[in-house]
Amino acid sequence: MASQSLDIARRSATTTQPPNVRGDVPKVAKLIDISKCIGCKACQAACMEWNDYRDKVGTCNGTYNNPPDLDADQWTVMRFTEYEPEGGKLEWLIRKDGCMHCADPGCLKACPAPGAIVQYGNGIVDFHEEHCIGCGYCITGCPFDIPRLSKKDGKAYKCTLCSDRVAVGLEPACIKSCPTGALVFGTKDDMIHHAEGRIADLNSRGFAQAALYDPKGVGGTHVMYVLPHGDKPEIYDRLPKDPGISPWVSVWKGVTKPILGLGLGVIALGGFIHYVTKGPNEADDEDAKEDKHERR
Amino acid sequence: MTNHWVDIKNANLVLIMGGNAAEAHPCGFKWVTEAKAHKGAQLIVIDPRFNRSAAMADYYAPIRTGTDIAFLGGVIHYLLSHDKINHEYVKAYTNAGYLVNSAYGFEDGLFTGYEPAKRAYDKSTWSYVKGPDGYVEVDATMTDPRCVMNLMKAHYARYTPEVVSNICGTPQDQFLHVCEMIAETSAPTKTLTIMYALGWTQHTVGTQMIRTAAMVQLLLGNIGMAGGGVNALRGHSNIQGLTDLGLMSNLLPGYMTLPMEQETDFQKYLEVRALKPLRPGQLSYWQNYPKFHVSLMKAWYGDAATKDNDYAFDYLPKLDKIYDILQVFELMHQGKMNGYFCQGFNPLASFPNKAKIGGALAKLKYLVVIDPLATETSEFWQNFGPYNDVDPTKIQTEVFRLPSTCFAEENGSLVNSSRWLQWHYQGADPPGEAKADPEIVAGIFLKLRELYRKEGGAFPDPIVNLTWNYAIPAAPHPEELAREYNGRALADLTDPADPTKVVLKAGQQLDSFAQLKDDGSTACGCWIFSGAWTEKGNIMARRDTADPSGLGETLGWAFAWPANRRILYNRASCDPAGKPWDPRRDIIHWNGSKWVGFDVPDFKPDSAPAQDMGPFIMQPEGVARFFTLDKVIDGPFPEHYEPFETPISTNPLHPKVVSNPAARVFKDDLEAFGTAKDFPYAATTYRLTEHFHFWTKHAKINAILQPEQFVEIGEELAKEKGLKAGDQVMVRSNRGFLKAVAVVTKRIKPLTVNGKTVHTVGVPIHWGFKGVAKNGYITNTLTPYVGDANVQTPEFKSFLVDIEKA
Repeated sequence: MASQSLDIARRSATTTQPPNVRGDVPKVAKLIDISKCIGCKACQAACMEWNDYRDKVGTCNGTYNNPPDLDADQWTVMRFTEYEPEGGKLEWLIRKDGCMHCADPGCLKACPAPGAIVQYGNGIVDFHEEHCIGCGYCITGCPFDIPRLSKKDGKAYKCTLCSDRVAVGLEPACIKSCPTGALVFGTKDDMIHHAEGRIADLNSRGFAQAALYDPKGVGGTHVMYVLPHGDKPEIYDRLPKDPGISPWVSVWKGVTKPILGLGLGVIALGGFIHYVTKGPNEADDEDAKEDKHERR
Repeated sequence: MTNHWVDIKNANLVLIMGGNAAEAHPCGFKWVTEAKAHKGAQLIVIDPRFNRSAAMADYYAPIRTGTDIAFLGGVIHYLLSHDKINHEYVKAYTNAGYLVNSAYGFEDGLFTGYEPAKRAYDKSTWSYVKGPDGYVEVDATMTDPRCVMNLMKAHYARYTPEVVSNICGTPQDQFLHVCEMIAETSAPTKTLTIMYALGWTQHTVGTQMIRTAAMVQLLLGNIGMAGGGVNALRGHSNIQGLTDLGLMSNLLPGYMTLPMEQETDFQKYLEVRALKPLRPGQLSYWQNYPKFHVSLMKAWYGDAATKDNDYAFDYLPKLDKIYDILQVFELMHQGKMNGYFCQGFNPLASFPNKAKIGGALAKLKYLVVIDPLATETSEFWQNFGPYNDVDPTKIQTEVFRLPSTCFAEENGSLVNSSRWLQWHYQGADPPGEAKADPEIVAGIFLKLRELYRKEGGAFPDPIVNLTWNYAIPAAPHPEELAREYNGRALADLTDPADPTKVVLKAGQQLDSFAQLKDDGSTACGCWIFSGAWTEKGNIMARRDTADPSGLGETLGWAFAWPANRRILYNRASCDPAGKPWDPRRDIIHWNGSKWVGFDVPDFKPDSAPAQDMGPFIMQPEGVARFFTLDKVIDGPFPEHYEPFETPISTNPLHPKVVSNPAARVFKDDLEAFGTAKDFPYAATTYRLTEHFHFWTKHAKINAILQPEQFVEIGEELAKEKGLKAGDQVMVRSNRGFLKAVAVVTKRIKPLTVNGKTVHTVGVPIHWGFKGVAKNGYITNTLTPYVGDANVQTPEFKSFLVDIEKA
């Protein structure tokens, strides 16, 4: 979506100045309060409706995780974990998973296709699929394992944080649908402030380690969690404790920088070659993705 | 609900028991998260499963399905023995001091008057002692051993923590922890709210489970309070409206009742319903029954209802028994009922023992299904492989399917759990040939009336004289129906204080049911809805969110029955002198000359506290009842009885009386019950957030979010049976089987009950053989055909199964 084409902070594989004539715009953030989330999946339904995609009717894999994983047709999922520490109380941890909209986005850095991934001035990281060459490097670049290649068109898809809605002053569809206030949206500063109140409440209920998840390794995120067990993010279905951009991305950047120096024509050619060889590439990536997600 | 959804936010403590609000009422559950986030409220969840609500709880305790009376009886015992009650409230606002008939008693699981051959009680001893003045005798000191308080103490003395734990399987320390949390709300400035749903209603002791909860709340002084109450979370939209409008076989609109067959005298019919006060100075509001009833008959029969014909009393059917749905399908199964209209109802999926329901439908000559969806019921005669294994060549029933509209395809009002009538507008045109329900029913009615007019019949009067003054007779508008429910003046109505002053002219809409008359000068289709469409217009369509108290009493939002009142019994939110128990919960108070505040007083507005009128104005006593006289059929105090299929095969309290002795059981169904020997596991059915009953499996998004039928079992049982998550399993009851995917979970733990390990098997409903989700078995293939003793809601929540790898 290009509704915010005047407020672009960063653009993949691009060295020219992106448009930002309006200057600074406030940073936005979605806050996911795990202590209020009942796992009702209203946000999943709203995401399907607003973005107008439909996954297939699948099967039950013996859990409440349905659909079982993110997909090009499923930009957010609930991940249910039954957590029962030795001698402790049982907890049913429910985490809404989806793009974290990193301030320092690994996907964007890894992307070789000019303009396929952009970061708006408000912090939203958005995929512009019309520029996507389907290489899947964004998946490798993502510390949260979020983007998915579509089997239909070979492009990468993920949550847009409803950049089209936000551009016209609306909250993302998931926020609109959340019945319990587990999802809230606003400026990042306001969300941090809101989280402080929630953490104080959780502290009073015996969650001494409650914390805001806004990991520094990726420069902070524009989707944040309130975690009752802030010291153990990994118990929430393997939420990374200290996420960072894969070293692979630096290697890639090391290789590409001189190439970039040769000029955009070469990039375009590279893109063209990628595009022509997309078939085998996509198959490899699909296999890799399938291996990776079978364990879910 | 005694209170309303928004009011949940005012609670200090929320108890979810017999329901799973986060799962089944996610939008309403927001008020629990509000209470927690902004009022520091604590949430307790008590359920056989650690469910979605439990995931949000501050404290969770497990319980064996069907044993809630034992648990809550134990809470009553705890509150009484630890003196954790609101004494002033109990003394002034309940019948705790009332003296009970000396012949009343309870022994070995039976109350006095039991007649085994009838499976029913002679309830004559379940009564008060009356003095020479005709009023009940009261011992305000509560020292008389025959006063309700002392009888109650004795009744629940048996429910010790050991006994509770032994029956419920709840570990004693957890039970006691819950008791301590609940007991804190006996302080006048603290409230507990109780949220329940089908987890209480769907038992053979369902009515009594809810009563036990009400007793706990009365002891704590939490009824009438903002943030208190006993709150039924209604599930099916528009199920609250259904009961309000009297769509039960024995009800008339506004909770009036049809006469029984011996009630042929109109005046006597009214007298026993227009209850005289049992204590001096009490309002006993049902004394107005004749006004409600006559106005109803004027709405239905207009000029044909006259004083001389007892306002067409003879037009009403007189019942020989209650024709609840279990009774109806029993008659159908016996071949005694040959035709059936099924409107907005999918009994093949929704009612117990699918084999019996399907067998009964197959004996009909005709079945008419009025529904927006192609329901399982409408295709009960089709073979859907293992999911509906019938032989269509052997079924002769003629089925008519009349497509109707969905709520979003019509104007109208729905009544929510808060008793709010909220008007909504059509959002889309209906597809194909679908028509709104009023149009379908009007079409049938007009044709029938024509036949009766032409051909006469034994008694055509109730049909040919029915009022039908709609602008388009074949398609009454929802607006016209709503105006009819509200009621209007048939003659000029004058001010009772000044007869020269005309309050309403003939033909004008009534302001409220207070204007109803028993002389035929008013018409009103449903007295409790009066006030919903007045001369000011459609009150239900109001959307003013103004909340001057901050307590959520938004009197300008829609219309709450009765009289736009938001919290029932709100007089009890004040002490006897008329001052709020808790100044922060000041919803109404006495200002020296009248009752004023942020809610509509549920009281006589000018009755001074000194006049000692009780806050429970619908009761002839003016107070709430711990001892409930003969008003329920299975005992004046709730008692724990086992489900009809019990995993422990006994009742530890009284082994000779295991299950509810007053519950009706048909012979064939008794034989279809299973025992723990063959079916060792306690099973329960329930709903999932992703689906709504049997509707949303027709919707793609819901099907994506929860595509395939599953059952939930604990890890220990899975280990015993060699099962792992994702395996196909077969679940059998004595009535049939289903196959589904196993969800193996830590969230269902085995319980130790009466020295035995009891495993629970959870079986969600929702699947069937029509729709876009994966086809599945009808869950109610498994469930037993027996209902609550009082209202016949089937025992979907507690039965026995066996489980094995499929």
